[in-house]
Amino acid sequence: MQIDWFPLWLSLRVAVLSTALALVAGLWIAYILANREFPGKEALDAAVTLPLVLPPTVLGYYLLVLLGRSSPVGKVWEAVFGSPLVFTWKAAVIAALLHSFPLLVKSARAAFESVDRSYERAARTLGASELRLFWRVTLPLARRSIFAAAALAFARSLGEFGVTLMVAGNIPGRTQTVAVAIYDAVESGNGSLARVLVVVVSAMALVILTLANRLEPR
Amino acid sequence: MIQARLKKTFPARPDSAGFSLDVDFHAASGVTVLFGPSGSGKTLVLDCIAGFTRPEEGRVLLDDDILFDGAAGVHLAPQARYCGYVFQNYALFPHMTLRENLEFAAERIPRLERHRRVNEMLERFHLTDAAGRRPHAVSGGQRQRCSIARALIGAPKLLLFDEPTQGLDVPLRAELYEVLRQVRADFKTPVLLVTHDLDECFELGEEMLILREGRIVQTGTPRKILDRPANLDVARLLGAFNLLPGEIRALDPGRNTSRVQVGEFELSGPYFPGKLKGDRVTVCVRPEELRVSPREGRPGPNQIPAELQRTIEKPQWIRLEFSGGIAVDLPRPEYERQRHNTSWTIEFPPDSLRAL
Repeated sequence: MQIDWFPLWLSLRVAVLSTALALVAGLWIAYILANREFPGKEALDAAVTLPLVLPPTVLGYYLLVLLGRSSPVGKVWEAVFGSPLVFTWKAAVIAALLHSFPLLVKSARAAFESVDRSYERAARTLGASELRLFWRVTLPLARRSIFAAAALAFARSLGEFGVTLMVAGNIPGRTQTVAVAIYDAVESGNGSLARVLVVVVSAMALVILTLANRLEPR
Repeated sequence: MIQARLKKTFPARPDSAGFSLDVDFHAASGVTVLFGPSGSGKTLVLDCIAGFTRPEEGRVLLDDDILFDGAAGVHLAPQARYCGYVFQNYALFPHMTLRENLEFAAERIPRLERHRRVNEMLERFHLTDAAGRRPHAVSGGQRQRCSIARALIGAPKLLLFDEPTQGLDVPLRAELYEVLRQVRADFKTPVLLVTHDLDECFELGEEMLILREGRIVQTGTPRKILDRPANLDVARLLGAFNLLPGEIRALDPGRNTSRVQVGEFELSGPYFPGKLKGDRVTVCVRPEELRVSPREGRPGPNQIPAELQRTIEKPQWIRLEFSGGIAVDLPRPEYERQRHNTSWTIEFPPDSLRAL
């Protein structure tokens, strides 16, 4: 049997990119949520968590409205890159990002909050700037939990289905991620392909989960 | 020289009683001990000075720098205050070696000098051999010394200690006292130390501030405070007194004498300024100032017969607890001489009596 591995590679690429993006933005937001008091903190927290509780179709709809070809963002994107954003693999990255971001922020925030306050206080009395404090003290002390959070975010990105289907579509060889490919295979009666992909994805998820559990400090 | 006037209130909540801090004190060079029971606001005072907590009102002056001024809206960040802080758990960065901990703190020292300073501090605090190890892999004493060295390396203008001997065993405590004496001699950095251990005040403190429920109730040298507790609260906090209810029968300022009724006995004491005849007072006597003897016939002047209820062995002395709640501390040889007494009288030397 000839198996098309493209959906798996695409999913891996999408998951790596979305996890990287989630880390860059998420760590920053998590750190602020963990350490600062400011008006609108509750609202920010709620906004970050919202994708976790909204149905994927609702999220997908919002994204289509926000990024579609007739939206301002979509127009700017098309003007800059010469091609539309929706129904490309890049849209799949955004879908996966939205899906994994709340989880990453929540876990990273917990990781930052679990760092003993006295280390941060000590660093401040020793004259460390807030930036140095973050890079040299808080982040290293929270790094195991952050790695674990990133692994979980990666696994979640890998499995994103609903939003991806709505904003990236199901174009074989271009935007068909592994989760969509499995759905497609089942729908079209290609049971053997579905079985292979299901087994591979399950194995990967298991490996990632084991890794995350090992990283999580006991 | 640190001058601090601080006010901060925490309103009562369903799960916690309210608390208000209102203190005004200054501390010059040397070691100043902030003594008080847990919940008296000691650590809050340190946190306000270090800049972790913002008071509502007041002013904190360190040498000529204003660290905090409520009225002017000045509230410097901890980074800008140059206050070293030694935390109760030391707060050494667990992911750095002892050397890296010092290097982290030496960032403000010019680059060329930094390396030399770090080595100098490692040597001075006997940490050179352990410099390459992480905090969890060194002894408690080394952790302690490293945390002090780290706080000192940036040449702070004030060193703050939060209950440094809490939970330490006796040798480690003695070691800390030794290190602190060394620091006092070598660095001239004024130290403000928080504790609820009276021994520590005597070991280290040149000046003592007693804090109770957010207010300073007495200041002075530890010796002076123990000799003359300002009021009953202070005497209770120090925990080193017999406190007996009494009534003043006579006062004679001319001859510096007084008569006080305690239970069914009348004792003579010194003149008590500010007290009047007939005042109900608490007679306050230290256990080691009392004397005991076997009871023979009628009790003599200033003697009270009492039943021995319990003896408690301490390393340096024996505490005898008598009926009426009177405790007497005897040196061991003295106790050995008298241990076979069948009945006792307690003698109150007139000078030992205080009336609060």
